[in-house]
Amino acid sequence: MKKIILLLVASAILATGSYAQKYFTKTGKVNFDATSSGSPEKIEGVNRTVTCVVDAKTGNMQFAVLMKGFEFERALMEEHFNENYVESDKFPKAEFKGNIANNDKVSYAKDGTYTVTVKGKLTMHGETKDVETEGKITIQSGKVSAAADFQVLLSDYKISIPGLVADKVSKSAKISVSCSLEALKG
Amino acid sequence: MNKKNQLLRIAIVLTGILYVESLRAQEEDLLKLLGEEKPKKEIVKNAFKSPRVINGHSMEFLRPGTMDFRILHRFGQLDQGYDNFFGLDQASMRMGFDFGILKNLMVGFGRSTYRKELDGYIKYAPFLQSTGKGAFPFTIALVSGMTMDGLPWADPTRKNFFTSRLAYYFQTIIGRKITEGLTLQLMPTMVHKNLVQLASESNNIYSVGVGGRLRLSRRVSLTCDYFHVYNRPKDSEYQDPLSVGFDIETGGHVFQLHFSNSTGMNERAFITETTGRWDKTEIRFGFNLSRVFQIKKKKTKEK
Repeated sequence: MKKIILLLVASAILATGSYAQKYFTKTGKVNFDATSSGSPEKIEGVNRTVTCVVDAKTGNMQFAVLMKGFEFERALMEEHFNENYVESDKFPKAEFKGNIANNDKVSYAKDGTYTVTVKGKLTMHGETKDVETEGKITIQSGKVSAAADFQVLLSDYKISIPGLVADKVSKSAKISVSCSLEALKG
Repeated sequence: MNKKNQLLRIAIVLTGILYVESLRAQEEDLLKLLGEEKPKKEIVKNAFKSPRVINGHSMEFLRPGTMDFRILHRFGQLDQGYDNFFGLDQASMRMGFDFGILKNLMVGFGRSTYRKELDGYIKYAPFLQSTGKGAFPFTIALVSGMTMDGLPWADPTRKNFFTSRLAYYFQTIIGRKITEGLTLQLMPTMVHKNLVQLASESNNIYSVGVGGRLRLSRRVSLTCDYFHVYNRPKDSEYQDPLSVGFDIETGGHVFQLHFSNSTGMNERAFITETTGRWDKTEIRFGFNLSRVFQIKKKKTKEK
């Protein structure tokens, strides 16, 4: 009888042990640039407190971005970004839930750089839209870095640009993501 | 029932739970693995669009490293009719520069055409309204200011002292952004004049002000401020200043358009020397134009 118990417990431990390897960061970087061509000032912000989790086994990946974490060169721009455009009090977080489409190509155990295609849903300003982009995953001595650039149309997320500032703020924003991830224990 | 059976049962149940957990892990919310973020202490911003409600100081501070260039206009009384184009033919103005030093410290100075008066102030908040851990429900700000009359002496034949030109004001602002759209504040204020016009007037003038903002849309809000003076002589011609207006934000500028019964644009002038009466339409149209410049740029780029 004791053997049976041992067996069951052991298999249970194994089952939990077979959790896929996951990687995470809380200090990922997201840059956005909505400068209109010919604008005298740069409309760009950076967020260095992005949370990201990647599941190496399934290729699932998720991002969480606190909108108030975006920093701008000009304080007024930061205020307008939060107050008038993304309405951070109403919609404090942007989230991406997606999947690395060709995850089987990436061998997380070996050093190397892989070009991947990421598909998923980006939720921002209360709106959810499908996003697809190419990115790079670099493995170096057990650490994973992920980087991607893509464009979003601000009107897709119901972020309106008033006519007065149309010469400065572009209708679409270029988003650059770069994260270095560490193995998630536990 | 024997002991072994019981143990077995417990083991099976435990194993089952662990299996289910491990299966669920495949589709779980990956972000939840990192645990819930604790809400951080966060200072409530944008209680007002600018550091002034209309005439009075607001609970809002300029961001550190910025300068607010303000041009204030007050026109003549509306009841003057078409002859003076409802007051627009006459204008009184104040030009001011305000500087944000810390998130809770700012200074400013300005000069008004009314009495050729120079004024300056320092505004400091020991407490800022915040949310999250260790939140504080109100902003409490202290303002201390000074004004200097620039008119020639009324009677140059008598002995005049420079200090007679000076007046001081001390104000406490207790304000709260109640909801995203509504902000209210209370401003107990004391104005001290070194020289008063009449013997019946007190050198110390005590008043309490209220101010508020109601957001009508993302860029337009309704604002109001009012001061009630407590120790005015009974026969005084002066009135309590009441101003009602709109804040319109255009991206780089804030326009404050309003109607007010006061001409003065500093605390001494509008609290103690407002003559117009709302009930006699002795009110004036006025506007404040505010343009914020970034003096010290924030570093967002990594070295």
